Amino acid sequence: MVEGQERGHGVTPREEVLQRIHNALGRPTAPAAPPPSPGEWPRGYRTAGSLPAGQLTGLLAQRLADYRTHVSRCSPLRLTAVAADALAQRGARRIVVPPGLEVTGLDLALLAERADAELVTDDGLSPAELDTADGVITGAAVVIAETGTIVLDASPGQGRRAISLIPDYHLCIVHANQIVALVPEAIARLTPARPLTWVSGPSATSDIELNRVEGVHGPRTLEVIIVTPEQ
Amino acid sequence: MTGTFLGMPTAPRGVGHLRGAEPFPAAARRALADSQLRRNLAKATSTIRAKRAAVVAELPDWEDLRAAGQAIRTHAMTHLDHYLVQLEEQVTSRGGVVHWARDAAEANRLITGLVRQAGAAEVVKVKSIVTDEIGLNDALAAAGITAHETDLAELIVQLGHDRPSHILVPAIHRNRAEIREIFLREMAGVDPGLTDSPAALTAAARGYLRRRFLSARVGISGANFAVAETGTLCVVESEGNGRMCLTLPETLITVMGIEKVIPSWRDLEVFLQLLPRSSTGERMNPYTSMWTGITPGDGPQHVHLVLLDNGRTAALADETGRQALHCIRCSACLNVCPVYERVGGHAYGSVYPGPIGAILSPQLTGVEDNASLPYASSLCGACYQVCPVKIDIPSVLVHLRARHVEQAAAARRMPAPEAVTMAAAAWVMASPRRWAATQRASRVGRLAGRGDRIRWLPPPLSGWTAARDAPAPPAQTFRQWWKARNGGTA
Repeated sequence: MVEGQERGHGVTPREEVLQRIHNALGRPTAPAAPPPSPGEWPRGYRTAGSLPAGQLTGLLAQRLADYRTHVSRCSPLRLTAVAADALAQRGARRIVVPPGLEVTGLDLALLAERADAELVTDDGLSPAELDTADGVITGAAVVIAETGTIVLDASPGQGRRAISLIPDYHLCIVHANQIVALVPEAIARLTPARPLTWVSGPSATSDIELNRVEGVHGPRTLEVIIVTPEQ
Repeated sequence: MTGTFLGMPTAPRGVGHLRGAEPFPAAARRALADSQLRRNLAKATSTIRAKRAAVVAELPDWEDLRAAGQAIRTHAMTHLDHYLVQLEEQVTSRGGVVHWARDAAEANRLITGLVRQAGAAEVVKVKSIVTDEIGLNDALAAAGITAHETDLAELIVQLGHDRPSHILVPAIHRNRAEIREIFLREMAGVDPGLTDSPAALTAAARGYLRRRFLSARVGISGANFAVAETGTLCVVESEGNGRMCLTLPETLITVMGIEKVIPSWRDLEVFLQLLPRSSTGERMNPYTSMWTGITPGDGPQHVHLVLLDNGRTAALADETGRQALHCIRCSACLNVCPVYERVGGHAYGSVYPGPIGAILSPQLTGVEDNASLPYASSLCGACYQVCPVKIDIPSVLVHLRARHVEQAAAARRMPAPEAVTMAAAAWVMASPRRWAATQRASRVGRLAGRGDRIRWLPPPLSGWTAARDAPAPPAQTFRQWWKARNGGTA
């Protein structure tokens, strides 16, 4: 234990907090060896899902809809038409798209024409500029069926975090091979160094008498198109 | 701050919100008289209990997840020094700046300095209990900096000049009519025709906060988890105000208690299942943000992390009480607690209310400063059953009661009445003859009662009968009954 006289003005908060922790844990200094492998604790929980692909898509659609996400399913051939209908139905005319949005079956030029929409590629739009957009289209990094969660990791086709946040409508296009059943499967696929946003339904609050109200600060409408090869 | 290494310093007095103005029984009595509060609480807690139960029942491996959660948190606390240093290295290597604060006053000075350095007179805040704990908004205000709370419930609390009363739903004590009145009175530019529908009130908050988000230069957040292995910080939320604060400002300052660290990236797969289901009763909360240092071209380019002690090492030093630091702030224990459900959060006097607060607050401040909280429980154990990381709250409550009694006994020369009673009981119970004689003698107690109940006892026993009846001693002792039943043989 370090006594009072050894403590002068030279002790930094960092040194002092670490010394307190050593003392609290009953050892005078930092441990020489790193702690045992974290793999040692019980992992009896499920780490892989068991549903066949078709049912996985069905579960995802149901779980997304549970939290008021609009869901549709289509083949790559129909994707542009389905996306155009979605934009038209929302009256979304000015749409932000991230650089590198290359989705099999999605023809952006045709989409703009059919939806009568202007597609604005994000090249560092300011928050105020993003606020004037009606919506945004992104892909996804991974999607979790059991919880109805879309994970964005800011890679090409998903863009900066701000673009899927400020516009009021988010259309997310998901491919069947991006769907996993469980949270641990998603964690295994993701890279922590990337900024990650997990989205489960539109923004919501239950702060007033625990009544759920959709649409607070994030997009008030979330729409997901699941692209499946066999339909 | 004392700064001595002899015993770990607790959270200092005079700053922050860990101590109530009055002891729990007095505050609880006032809360119980507020029938509106009790109606709001009963409705809210029963709703959320049912939601939680439904989504927990969906998972076949819930108990396995709890076991893993408990093991990870225990491991992290046992190697806290190692993981904090690792976290610091990782955040620093990714362009973040890590600061350490011994207590609330030091953290407040530090954060105020960082906001000034960024040249900002306003900040936007994500809901963060730790910043309530240290009284950050008061410190910023004293430095001329306006802090805007952006979580809807925190905004209601801030505009109502009020205090949070629940970990998850800080404005749980307010109903829609009260919230409408607060908005009409305090929200500049609000539509005077505002109705009290939750949707209309939410829309008013959205409009009020929108321009603040878009022009904010500094964001302040807490953290739900910090991954030592990767330097990743994680904030779990619902409204999108968190994403706004974490993404749009140039500077982000994150304040976290040192206990929030978890060892590995993979550990998140456990807590991201346990937390939302326990907390809001959802399979997943609408938004979870994770960031690791700075990402060029995306989000804040100046990222700070403040690691706060403020009494946590004092809790860590108590081998039994240490598990209070495992808490992931889900608030499930509040919602099942029969005491919390009736008195609400304010009665606990601290930003950490309910069962978890009753074991955490006294350890952060020292038991003497929150001495009534370990007694604010019937020890029914419901909190332990729902805790996602299996904190044995009842055992810690009993342990803290013992610590309080021992400290009080050491502090005074005359033994306390309980101590005298217990010493006498020990003497009596040590001898079968003395025990039998005392039991026989206790039958005179029947004279004080009517039927099976004693409704009033003289001092010093009046403290017991002031709040409840005492059972009258039976007409026959067990030994007498046993002897009679067996025809005279003992």
